Amino acid sequence: MIPTLFLLLLCVTGLPLIFHHEIDELLGYDPKPEIAQPGAVKRSIDEIARTALANDPGRVLQYILWDKDEPNTVIAFTNNKVDGDPDAATLRAYDAHTAKPLGSVGGGPMLIFLKLHVDMFAGQPGKLFLGAMGFLFLVAIISGVVLYWPFTRRLSFGTLRDKSRRIAWFDWHNLLGAITIAWALVVGTTGVINTLAEVMLSQWKATELADMVKPYAGKPPPVHLASLDATLEKARKTAPDMNVSFVAFPGTPFTSSHHFAVFMRGHTPLTSRLLKPVLLDGETGEVSDARDLPVYLKALLVSQPLHFGDYGGMPLKIIWALLDVMTIVVIGSGLYLWIVKRRKHRSHAIAGQPLLQPSE
Amino acid sequence: MIAARKSRSSGNWWTVYGGPLVLGLLSIAGLLSALLSEGPGRYFSWLALGAPVALAVWFFVRRRRA
Repeated sequence: MIPTLFLLLLCVTGLPLIFHHEIDELLGYDPKPEIAQPGAVKRSIDEIARTALANDPGRVLQYILWDKDEPNTVIAFTNNKVDGDPDAATLRAYDAHTAKPLGSVGGGPMLIFLKLHVDMFAGQPGKLFLGAMGFLFLVAIISGVVLYWPFTRRLSFGTLRDKSRRIAWFDWHNLLGAITIAWALVVGTTGVINTLAEVMLSQWKATELADMVKPYAGKPPPVHLASLDATLEKARKTAPDMNVSFVAFPGTPFTSSHHFAVFMRGHTPLTSRLLKPVLLDGETGEVSDARDLPVYLKALLVSQPLHFGDYGGMPLKIIWALLDVMTIVVIGSGLYLWIVKRRKHRSHAIAGQPLLQPSE
Repeated sequence: MIAARKSRSSGNWWTVYGGPLVLGLLSIAGLLSALLSEGPGRYFSWLALGAPVALAVWFFVRRRRA
């Protein structure tokens, strides 16, 4: 029953994470751009990149990212190495029109919740461990469906009895479990899929990416990087009806040691998640290859909103939170019922009486 | 007569799993609709996924009155 405690941890830490954007905004970890003057022209990305490097001397750029909902902000990731530890990365926002630094992104209390929720500060092993816990959650849901039949077949749907504390919690467990089951299965499954993100990324790098950069095998990392603006322009021409989501610098985990990878996104809620990578030569900025991601990475990208609940506006987030609270009640009452049953079991064993089935 | 007795004693498939099944399908439809369509899909998802929450409240209120 130890896994139950980890599931409670996941549900409890997940609750504030549903609103992480709003909470970050409130606490000042989500810098906002200045109001742009009418007709103001956006600064070049090369200039913003230079500003970012000047702001964090001695570091290198890993990624530059454009938030879908914040077109006037450019977010730059710097780290001590292009393939440095993700926890060592610094994220800063820059104003797209003035190139002024707006402050650091993320961090604060929500980062602690995020780390607890994702890997309990234990890196990849912690992540895979929580993935296994998530898998047990799915198994528990299925076993709940099977047990639902003998326990509720004589009750009408939605019966809540006041007979005793145990029976009251038993009824709530059954009712809330039954009505949230599909949501819990989807959020559980997509959460488990997310724990495999690194595994999927390495698989993509070992197969598809390796194949895409074959002509460049053995080439050293670029000495002088191509202009970012020219590179992004070529990427846009390759995927004309898409926007840039982020650009990965040569040597970072999302690309080869020689290429920029510009990840393009579409415009609808679904296609904005389905990224398409365009690989460009790090020295010349010429397009090397562009291919859709394989099915497993598409599945990962589509599963993310279904886990986060961040794709249907504020009402959906509130519903997400309520369903999460209901799941906490189901898990908590399940734990309570198990403890009560075990205590009963023990007292029966001591008295030497035969075990009685709970009278439902 | 036998069938009637059987359904009373062992319950029937639909009365046990029907409600959860309908709600489950509704939830999945809601989860997907907001992903596939930004306007109406979004509104439908609020209704479809809000239904379990509303139902829990309704059962709770009904219990209090009973």
